[in-house]
Amino acid sequence: MRIALCIALLTAMAGTTLATEIPLDQRRSGYSFMSADTQAMQDEDTANPGMLFVLDGEALWKRKAGAANKACADCHDDARVSMKGVAAHYPAFEKTLGKPVDLEGRINLCRADHQQASPFAYESRELLALSAYVAQQSRGVPIAAGDDPEIAPFVEKGHALFIQRQGQLNLACANCHDDNWDKKLAGSAITQAQPTGYPLYRLEWQSLGSLQRRLRACITGIRAQAYDYGSPELVELELYLMTRARGMPVETPAVRP
Amino acid sequence: MARLALTLLLAAGLFAACAPAGAEELRPYTVVGDAIPQPLTGTKGDATRGRTLIVERSSTCILCHSGPFPEQAFQGDLAPNLTGSGSRWTEGQLRLRLVDASHLNAATIMPSYYRVEGLMRVGNSWRDKPILSAEQIEDIVAYLVTLRN
Ligand code: HEC
Ligand code: HEC
Repeated sequence: MRIALCIALLTAMAGTTLATEIPLDQRRSGYSFMSADTQAMQDEDTANPGMLFVLDGEALWKRKAGAANKACADCHDDARVSMKGVAAHYPAFEKTLGKPVDLEGRINLCRADHQQASPFAYESRELLALSAYVAQQSRGVPIAAGDDPEIAPFVEKGHALFIQRQGQLNLACANCHDDNWDKKLAGSAITQAQPTGYPLYRLEWQSLGSLQRRLRACITGIRAQAYDYGSPELVELELYLMTRARGMPVETPAVRP
Repeated sequence: MARLALTLLLAAGLFAACAPAGAEELRPYTVVGDAIPQPLTGTKGDATRGRTLIVERSSTCILCHSGPFPEQAFQGDLAPNLTGSGSRWTEGQLRLRLVDASHLNAATIMPSYYRVEGLMRVGNSWRDKPILSAEQIEDIVAYLVTLRN
């Protein structure tokens, strides 16, 4: 009896937290909020500025580096085969570290462990180019992050960060991206914060940028202290967003306004 | 009820005690019902300055609100249109809505413009400062009361 009541209460509570979450059949990529011109820029490889980074990434993939004098291709061969679908599963649990790493983190682990080279800086042209090249091999593949049971507690941490009000404006990500995604913040469409296209070319940045860069921009927007690049919090937020977007196709390199 | 009031008082006291040293001193104010009847500065604000402030992006108002600001192409639609605010609310009610909207509706997304406690992870450049100064609040209130129709 007592247990039945507890279950009933817990279900009711779970219901309230889920009430604001976006129903599966209403999920929309940031792409669908863009003007026809910007959509055309993403659709047409010859017009998509992100493709220049992908080409750079392909060259880096084949270039030998580090004390081991090995290229990515020496271990992984043809990325079009070996990397297909890989980015759709990131961030992924890294056993040796006991925590999730995102795609950029994985590339830097490969540099350190297998190439014996120094890690690339976050947002460096090299790291953006390589992650864009690897992620582009998953274009159209449904996002499938968060499968590993060991990663579940980190998804939960990311979710907690997503619904935590913070900053001088005292807003949570969920206030905009779960509750108000059909509205406008001044001139900008508030999208659903779907992480489908990263790294992506943002017209405002005039450059490719990572998902972490986008998260830091929103955190600064609410006048909160941005987490450092590579911090566990940003990876947990990325992980939560990727599990929230499960089943949506990867668009890398996307274009956004 | 008395117990609740006491707990709230204690909690407020705790927040005050925890406020970091060097925090900008906020001027005290008294809430009467759903309003702050007296100006935070002791004098009335300037409506012209208030309008200028509202249409500036840095005051953040038009990120969420729209209003009678034809010169501003980009206005938000997360919140009620400000047209007619002065008919719907008294000066004191408008003042409390700006100072601390969460006092009236704990779930509101409207930021508290004159509050420094109870916030999490505020960025370095904004820490321990209210979003607007007492003078700026009074200027905006002075403008909002003129929005009658
Ligand atoms: C006050 C509203 C607001 C809050 C709070 C907010 N964002 Fe955003 N976010 C936006 C807007 C508006 C955009 C679209 C930006 C643009 O194109 O100018 C955006 C874009 C994004 C995107 C890019 C989506 C795409 O299609 O590429 C992600 C991801 C994102 N936000 C995540 C977050 C996270 C995580 C948080 C909390 C740490 C957060 N946002 C907090 C307003 C907000
Ligand atoms: C992040 C969103 C947001 C921002 C920024 C914001 N507001 Fe609001 N405001 C709201 C919402 C939502 C309401 C509706 C009442 C509620 O939620 O409590 C509201 C209500 C109001 C009201 C009462 C409106 C009515 O007639 O019912 C006034 C007046 C007001 N805001 C003025 C301002 C001013 C002035 C600023 C800037 C200094 C501002 N707001 C900034 C979201 C916002």
